[in-house]
Amino acid sequence: MWYLLLSAFLFAIGTFGVLVRRNPLVMFMCIELMLNAVNLTFVTLGRQLGSISGQTIVFFVLVVAAAEVVVGLSIIVAIMRRRAGVNADDLAELKG
Amino acid sequence: MELFVFVCAALMIVGGAIGVVVRGNPVHAALSLVLTLFGIAVLFVAQRAEFLAAVQVIVYAGAIVVLFLFVVMLLGVDRAEDLRTDSLTGQRGLAVIVGLGLLGVLVTAIVSGTDAVISRGTGIEGATNESADANIVQLARSVFADYVVAFEVTSVLLVVAVVGTVLLSRRRPKEVRPESGRPS
Repeated sequence: MWYLLLSAFLFAIGTFGVLVRRNPLVMFMCIELMLNAVNLTFVTLGRQLGSISGQTIVFFVLVVAAAEVVVGLSIIVAIMRRRAGVNADDLAELKG
Repeated sequence: MELFVFVCAALMIVGGAIGVVVRGNPVHAALSLVLTLFGIAVLFVAQRAEFLAAVQVIVYAGAIVVLFLFVVMLLGVDRAEDLRTDSLTGQRGLAVIVGLGLLGVLVTAIVSGTDAVISRGTGIEGATNESADANIVQLARSVFADYVVAFEVTSVLLVVAVVGTVLLSRRRPKEVRPESGRPS
């Protein structure tokens, strides 16, 4: 169905964005794109299979994505406060 | 009619997604993400998932993207990133290959599996019930009856996330000097 193809395309764009961009915040936004693609897939398949479970799973994915964004952004803030102007290339080591 | 809605929403989604990947300025990328999120919410409504569309707009576009913009403004990273250079040689070409390969695998899976999925579809159970909040009632029955353990665990996760964030972004009263080793 076309919805599934659209979400596959969105997922591929998100993957490309994660691999190409170096600003950690924009990489995070591309991960959110991928999560939205998965949400769309779940809702579409839930509708096609006649089950409400697809929407329930999307509900939980939304909540977990919100929690993940909060924690991830606080990590980025904590790192970038120490060294200004950092991008993903500088974060090659976990030390520091 | 549904095709028209789908095409408009798909244009919004793809345009926003390409905007996130291509724009150098993180603020522009966040605004493109909002466009994508609204497109996804439109498709949720088209698929009879109205509650999820509302939650998506409120939580994703209203809270998460605002949080992104807060962090962008706080850290002053609104300088545009240089997109013409690669950090590894040939990184962009390899990323295109990976993206296209992933897209090919997904499209193959969808096209070959679409018969099995369509033949089982009879519509959301209770979709013949045309009262305004049938979707919410169904979703609530599913969340609080079938998936109640997941619900409770998710609420614990939210508390953990909040506590962790407060700890991580706590500003220390004195700068920790690396040679002293004194805990803050």
